[in-house]
Amino acid sequence: MENKDTKEKLLREFAPQLEKTSPATLVWILFLLGVIAWGVYAFVAQVTKGHIVTGMRDNVVWGIYIVNFIFFMGMSYAGAIISGTLQLFRTEWRKPIIRMAEYLAIISLLIGPGYILLCIGRLDRLHYLALFGRIQSPITWDVIAISTDIFGCLIFLYLSILRDIASLRDFSELKIPAWRKKIYSMLALGYTGLPEQVKRLRRATDIMATMVIAIAIIVYSVLAWIFSVTLQPGWHSTIFGPYFVIAAVYSGTGVLIIAMWVFRKVYRLDQYITRKHFVAMGVLMVVLAALFGYFTFSDYLTKWYGSEKNDESLIRILFTEYYWPFIFSNYIGVLIPLLVIGIPKLRTITNITLSALIVIVALWFNRYLIVIPTLESPYLPIQDSRPEWANYAGTWVEYALMAAGVALFCLMFTIASKFVPVMNVSEMSETPKTESSELFKTEESLL
Amino acid sequence: MEDNNDNKKSSRRQFLKKGLIAGAGVVAGGSLLAAYVDKSKPTSGEKVKVLTTEGELVEVDKALIHSPRVSIEESHKGIPGRKFVMVIDLAKCKNARKCVEACQKGHHLPRSQEFMKVYLLQDSEKSAPYWFPKPCFHCDNPLCVSVCPVGATYKRSDGIVLIDNQRCIGCKFCMTGCPYSTRVFAWKDYPEYAEDKEPYSPEASSPGKEGTVSKCDFCPDLVRIGKLPYCAQNCPMGVIYFGDIDEDTVTNGSETLRFSELIRDRSGYRYLEVLGTRPSVYYLPPVERQFPVESGFKDLEESVKNRFKNTPYGKTHKL
Repeated sequence: MENKDTKEKLLREFAPQLEKTSPATLVWILFLLGVIAWGVYAFVAQVTKGHIVTGMRDNVVWGIYIVNFIFFMGMSYAGAIISGTLQLFRTEWRKPIIRMAEYLAIISLLIGPGYILLCIGRLDRLHYLALFGRIQSPITWDVIAISTDIFGCLIFLYLSILRDIASLRDFSELKIPAWRKKIYSMLALGYTGLPEQVKRLRRATDIMATMVIAIAIIVYSVLAWIFSVTLQPGWHSTIFGPYFVIAAVYSGTGVLIIAMWVFRKVYRLDQYITRKHFVAMGVLMVVLAALFGYFTFSDYLTKWYGSEKNDESLIRILFTEYYWPFIFSNYIGVLIPLLVIGIPKLRTITNITLSALIVIVALWFNRYLIVIPTLESPYLPIQDSRPEWANYAGTWVEYALMAAGVALFCLMFTIASKFVPVMNVSEMSETPKTESSELFKTEESLL
Repeated sequence: MEDNNDNKKSSRRQFLKKGLIAGAGVVAGGSLLAAYVDKSKPTSGEKVKVLTTEGELVEVDKALIHSPRVSIEESHKGIPGRKFVMVIDLAKCKNARKCVEACQKGHHLPRSQEFMKVYLLQDSEKSAPYWFPKPCFHCDNPLCVSVCPVGATYKRSDGIVLIDNQRCIGCKFCMTGCPYSTRVFAWKDYPEYAEDKEPYSPEASSPGKEGTVSKCDFCPDLVRIGKLPYCAQNCPMGVIYFGDIDEDTVTNGSETLRFSELIRDRSGYRYLEVLGTRPSVYYLPPVERQFPVESGFKDLEESVKNRFKNTPYGKTHKL
């Protein structure tokens, strides 16, 4: 049951987050808008001059855009899987961080598909996907899957913020303009916490939590199949579906840890998000690091051991031209979290956050190494009179749009946190059930 | 020997005639083949016979005929009763690059877009390098067609795989799907596209369009008027044979051969058969060559020569 006093206290504490925007935050928002404007400028250049302004050419037809697409979609699925699982298992430590996972799921899901659009040569014909869509094409699967996912995640997020919206509507001390109050009362859908409403909401949330987990796994597998259904030596692999799902959740735990660290600092949430939460997420990250390392090893081992001609040339490129990115993404990116979380002494908030940062960057490079070197080593050797066409290097346009995507991600997170608190107030004011608190105790003793 | 030559000639004539008949047969709405005749051009004095849809054989001036371009809808159907095949004789190729040049010109392509590419391949360290002209293989199991989300690329009843650049959204999935790196992308609006004043047809792959994919099309627009594709027409060595697999005939313009016999006697094969794409292009292995591989570097433009620098041959011979 919800404890009214605790809730009031929490709301009072979080109210300033929603009421005021500090000058520092304003500067931050302006900075983000500036970066986004740079991205818009790059986009205009691409539209007016053609895709010739990117680093993509006939050999490497997909570049940083696709890497970012995989990256953002991965974070989204991670957010969905983590929040869905924590919700279903009623994990006690989920309460202060589950909202962030849900935001992560939906925000990156709104940005990710944008990168696919940037990669499309004729944006003016985008509606052909609906008009002339062929179900045989994995791209059509992706279109269906992603739109289902956006829909599912939006419902899941809405259900989980519904109680907080109702609380904000009822919280008379909140000093915000009338129009915002109106939005809250409209969005609250007349929720007042009647037993029947509580029961229904919980059921609906659980159903959606199950759904988003399933959808996320399907969607990310479909994304992986876009690569593995082709005959390209580095992509044509049966392991890609599960490999991508694991890599996605792995990168997402990293992003979530960073988000926890940032919001803890900015909104001074030290008493709610504690070392315990970082360690809990860290443990999750280690499990995923081990799985990710295992999948990566399996994939490259089988390619290298059999040493089929084209696999061999791909492996050779990876260990020569791409030596450091390869070592960084597939060795350091796996070993660092294992060490930091594995050795109890090293498990500090700063260390865990730093290793999360390493994981994110490593995973970005991991995707880069999946996409680009493969396209640089096709069956027929690249014999091109234009050396600059044989190898890929992203141009300022692509990097500007990458920066704009990250900025948009941060901006949306900032705005979302100004609308509904980044912590689930309603759940936090619930007294833990005995069984779960016992579970929590065992967890605590583990940590 | 003489008999043999006569045979070849007569079968070539037959082939061309059949091409003509087929060409006339597909003109939509019962219009005359004479519709292809452009009266504004000066005459050459050389007459050719064309067949009208009514079955009449009429003589018109050769210069008056331009390539017939069928509508996009028509281009989906394929030429009835045909199954095209190409045979490339690697023993005769010396990288003269006339196939590339003619194809580029015929399709109004910029330098950076080549439908026909000539590779310098060397299967292993000790094996001999050879020149390898590579058009689109027009596979019978084309992955590019399977993965296209909007049906912009399609397989026709005559075996040809075409692209409709009015439909293509430019996702480039087909480019990653093709294991032979056959497809090219229009990264910008090239001035060469504007040179072509005729209406667009997928059979001509011209005029090109920015942001879409294109590739070798086996020139069905030329085949319809009884001509060979640009590459086969213009190869000075007669490397490229084009024909009909059901008719069991291929020709390079100067000799017409039985496809099955040619493949049997010369051990013809398809490139990377292991991938299961079932190409429509066959290769004759580079045995008893007519030219040493070095002759391929003669009179080569520096920029073209550069592309072979990184090949095993190029490295050992310091190109």
